[in-house]
Amino acid sequence: MASRIEILNEGGFRSDGRRQFELRTIEIDLAQQGQADGSAVIAHGLTHVLVSVFGPREARMRSHTMHDRANINVEISLAAFSTGDRRKRSRGDKRILEFASTIKSTFEPVIQTTLYPRSQIDIFVQVVQQDGGLLQACINGTTLALITAGIAMLDFVCAISGGVHSTSPLLDLTNLEENDVPNMTVAVMPKTQKVSLLTMDTRLHVERFEEIFRLAVEAGSTILVEMKAAVLGRSSRLIESVDSSTQPHGLGVENDNS
Amino acid sequence: MVEITVLKRSRTEAALTQRKFFKKTAKGKVFKVLRERYLRDDVSCGIDGCKICHDTPLPSYGDKNHSSFPDGHFLLPDTNVFLSQMDLIESPLFGPPIILLQTVMEEVRHRSLPLYNRLKALTRMEDKKVWVFYNEFRSETAIVREEDETPNDRNDRGIRKATQWYAQHVALRSSSIRGQDQNSPTILLLTEDAANRFKAEKLGLSALSVRKYVEGMKDSPQLLDLLAAEGSDEIEPTRVATGRQVLYPEYLSTGILVAGVKAGSLHQGHFNANQYNYLEGNVSVPGFNKPILLIGRENMNRAVQGDVVVVEVFDEKEWKAPADEVVDQESTLKDDDAEESEGEGDAEKSGQLREKEAKMVKVEKIASLRSLERLPTGRIVGVIKRNWRAYVCHIESTSLTSSNSTSLSIQTVFATPVSRLLPRIRLRTRQAPTLLNQKILVTIDRWDATSRYPEGHFVRALGRAETKEAEQESLLLEFEVPYRPFGKAILDCLPQQGEQWVVPPKTESSKEWKDREDLRGLNICSIDPPGCQDIDDALHARVLPNGNVEAGVHIADVSHFVHPDTPMDNEAAARGTTVYLVDKRIDMLPALLGTNLCSLRPFVERLAFSAIWELSPEADIVNVRFTKSVIASKAAFTYEEAQIRKDDPHLQDDLTQSIRLLNTLAQKLKAKRMAAGALNLASPEVKIHLDSAESSDPIDVEQKEMRETNSLVEEFMLLANISVARKIEEVFPQTAVLRRHMPPPKTNFEKLQDLLEKRKGFKLDVSSSGVLAKSLDLCVDPDLPAFNTLVRIMATRCMLSAEYFCSGSVGKNTFGHYGLASSIYTHFTSPIRRYADVLAHRQLSAAIGYSPLHPSLHSKAHVERILEVVNKRHRLAQMASRASVEFYVGLALKARGERGGGTGVTEEAFVIRTFRNGIGIFVSKLGIEGLVTFKKDMLFDAENYTMTVAGMVISVFDKVVVRIEVEKDRNTHRGKVKMTLVSPIDSKGM
Ligand SMILES: [Zn+2]
Repeated sequence: MASRIEILNEGGFRSDGRRQFELRTIEIDLAQQGQADGSAVIAHGLTHVLVSVFGPREARMRSHTMHDRANINVEISLAAFSTGDRRKRSRGDKRILEFASTIKSTFEPVIQTTLYPRSQIDIFVQVVQQDGGLLQACINGTTLALITAGIAMLDFVCAISGGVHSTSPLLDLTNLEENDVPNMTVAVMPKTQKVSLLTMDTRLHVERFEEIFRLAVEAGSTILVEMKAAVLGRSSRLIESVDSSTQPHGLGVENDNS
Repeated sequence: MVEITVLKRSRTEAALTQRKFFKKTAKGKVFKVLRERYLRDDVSCGIDGCKICHDTPLPSYGDKNHSSFPDGHFLLPDTNVFLSQMDLIESPLFGPPIILLQTVMEEVRHRSLPLYNRLKALTRMEDKKVWVFYNEFRSETAIVREEDETPNDRNDRGIRKATQWYAQHVALRSSSIRGQDQNSPTILLLTEDAANRFKAEKLGLSALSVRKYVEGMKDSPQLLDLLAAEGSDEIEPTRVATGRQVLYPEYLSTGILVAGVKAGSLHQGHFNANQYNYLEGNVSVPGFNKPILLIGRENMNRAVQGDVVVVEVFDEKEWKAPADEVVDQESTLKDDDAEESEGEGDAEKSGQLREKEAKMVKVEKIASLRSLERLPTGRIVGVIKRNWRAYVCHIESTSLTSSNSTSLSIQTVFATPVSRLLPRIRLRTRQAPTLLNQKILVTIDRWDATSRYPEGHFVRALGRAETKEAEQESLLLEFEVPYRPFGKAILDCLPQQGEQWVVPPKTESSKEWKDREDLRGLNICSIDPPGCQDIDDALHARVLPNGNVEAGVHIADVSHFVHPDTPMDNEAAARGTTVYLVDKRIDMLPALLGTNLCSLRPFVERLAFSAIWELSPEADIVNVRFTKSVIASKAAFTYEEAQIRKDDPHLQDDLTQSIRLLNTLAQKLKAKRMAAGALNLASPEVKIHLDSAESSDPIDVEQKEMRETNSLVEEFMLLANISVARKIEEVFPQTAVLRRHMPPPKTNFEKLQDLLEKRKGFKLDVSSSGVLAKSLDLCVDPDLPAFNTLVRIMATRCMLSAEYFCSGSVGKNTFGHYGLASSIYTHFTSPIRRYADVLAHRQLSAAIGYSPLHPSLHSKAHVERILEVVNKRHRLAQMASRASVEFYVGLALKARGERGGGTGVTEEAFVIRTFRNGIGIFVSKLGIEGLVTFKKDMLFDAENYTMTVAGMVISVFDKVVVRIEVEKDRNTHRGKVKMTLVSPIDSKGM
């Protein structure tokens, strides 16, 4: 008879040895992947996603063309062994469609779409492995891939999941924790402190909500530091390795406070 | 502001930090599971004086009292030490600081939840020094299971590694203290596993077995007795194990049990022993609507009261009826020898005993005729979970080989538990002679198939039998009542002003007065039993200008003082309820609150939570509101005083008018409830008169008197509880704390129905609570006024008990309270002494917007968990109170008998059961049940519930006269109530 694993023990440790507000290790690889205009591999702990961005390019379908701005298209695929169960999910899976539309609506107000009328930006998210915080990884990965693609954005978008165990808030949940505690994912734009996404599948008391929300917004800045370091690292590497006459992929974001 | 950081994990540690494995579900689906672990360098060693770590509560050099470790030492026990020697470690004499590894803690949790809970309690005890070291998270001590390693070996290696780290860690510290010649303290690995000790010593570590370690301790003689009984092959490896006779069938493996239960071929349930017959028990299982009967030692197969067992049910033609005979284990087994039976080697003697017991369980020939009584019958094939705890026992004097009080040799003796539901326990002790005449605490360690009796060990002595202190403590232990004094952390939660605390003056800025109504002007009074110190309710009523009546129930505002998730709140939740014994009250909350700040005493201002109704003159609710308030009670009446006041026509003051108004309304409320089908239940309630507060010698027993004013208070409390239940369920449909009473299954009444019809010609209609109430009203025998009460008591015993539940956890159609005929109910009116009421207060407070609801009360899982504990505590508290009354009834009888010249007391009684060799009787005046047994079988007609004794026919419901004597059992030294018939015939000597 297996007993349940303690989410937060009396020593203040979570089941993986972290304390309440410690985020899992974040690994970012911005090297070019295949033909994509911009790409990013990001790992939050054991959750790994690969995001590839194509565009802005001419819309392939007439019906998708908008005369005043770019159309954003998001597609998600899951590696066969990425989820808990072995079943392969098809692209038409309802949960996957929902996920894609969440990512799309998160980035629509952030990408300066009016700069690219009649064009299309394709975002392909490939989930390699998941252990909680999938949405945060997708969003953070998309931000980075868009930046490497040189697409103009108003700000970074930094996402983080949070939950509450009894009365103790936790940040950056693993799969085990997501299954156990009420949780939410928050995406913020650190510069303006604007929230571009908030999802919550489970009920959460309003006071707890406020607390986690505040923490998540703060955690956004911590993640921003990691993301910026990766972007700057890539830029400097590019500058080093490429002849100075060649333009590196520019940063899409007006860099003000780094 | 908290610091949010990212933990960096280096790629090189991947083997240590990541785990991927596949899990297969019951349905055969394969899952991939990913786990990750972050190793850190800030996990503290917990030892004072450490230069590296923070948070260091353990003393710098540990313990220097052990003869082998003059430089001090810390204990680092492995898992098995906690699994088998918890009593030793819990003993107050066991003082050295303990380093508890995370690995060990998790293994204990895996193996036994009750032991894990005790272990956790141990870490919180103020007089114990236990430090939990999270070795699996510290980079130097974390390990990974190697390919050829069993989980057990892995854990043992982890424990050794942690020991090694500690040894180096403390050495590091000592060497850095300049100029001091202090040796560093020893980190001692405590383990029973010789191989583990050998491996540890090879690493240069200190390791000892528990026995070796305890032998060098200061209080070793007392502590050695606390060591658990080991397998006999370990103690005496020379003994030929094969020579032992197997007395019980071996258990099936857990896998087979689980599969069998799932497939429906086996059944799982709790084992219940039969209190009249130690060779019989039963198990209620989901698959059958009647309990599975187990007859005989082999079929009960070493189950102990409360164990979760798996039974196999026999073919229907083998089903039997429960025995109609009283079988007492003390008299049957009195000749069995503790020392000899240990080996069970004496085959001849063992055979005789078996034969004797076999006779006891002989199948009765006419049993097949009594089809009504035939029950599904079976045998136990396995135990899922033992529910063993410490039991209050007496040492059997006849089992001692030497009663020389100076003898310190080890003896094997029998301990007989006070509860008739438990088997006698065999134990080895050096203190046997000094334990005679004492109540002692004993735990069971094991029960092998080769051993007739379970084996246990002595925990501690409670004092001389029959002294109040010993009896009181054994009662509290027997019913698991937490009775330790409140600790400092809990008392620190009380208001700083202590006794001087008062409601502050009413000002704009006062936070106590914020959103509180000022009800100090109302004519509020309380009505309680005499001597009541914890007054948690008070009432008022007045006529409104429109002819309606305003009635108010004011309850102590306990939630103002007891805040969620504080040490005081956690303690109250764990206690669940105040426990009332005849001569002692074990409070749920510290006395400062219970009997003072929250007690609605007269003439002082108190904070209250009020429910105020507008009622029509016909007692229909026009509206109800709830508010936090400040009241000033005008009087604290006893039921009797209030009654006299109400009945005195000369008194016309407001307070008296208010009582009359409440009384009129209460009568109407009661009439409405009865019309809706509420039951008038009865339980035997008696009152003990104590001589004086100091001596607390009972001088007499009398039945409780019920007055109109009792009913007055009761009706308004019911009304308040129902109104509050509706409100909190409406606002918090998922987590409201409610109370329900499920309707009993009809089969529960079969026996009583048959009895009533055959003996008295009454038909009991049980199709609903309403018709049951009506047919109970008709069970009247004009010659026997107490008969109706008896039938009510017996009917009540056929019902289920009421329980607390979380509204979101069950279907809404099962919310109803059967006994009260209310569709919804909760407990709100006694927050000083019941924890469920505290929760209801918090929820009501949030429901009216007075305060936000604590998040834990939004969590269904949390509410369920708390209520499970509260339900258990509630049940045990009731049993403890009843046992306490019984003890005092016994003392009172003894006193009365002595006054009467030692011939005992004679009382009228009802026959409630007949056996082949005795009758069960109920003495309503004393509220006790008893047995009259005969030395031989009598002519017995089970079908018609009659027996013939010396030519006289005695049947169930007959009124008889019994002589009640309290005599001391010479063997176990416990007082026993002995009853003999006086009329219709004198059964003395029969
Ligand atoms: Zn240290």
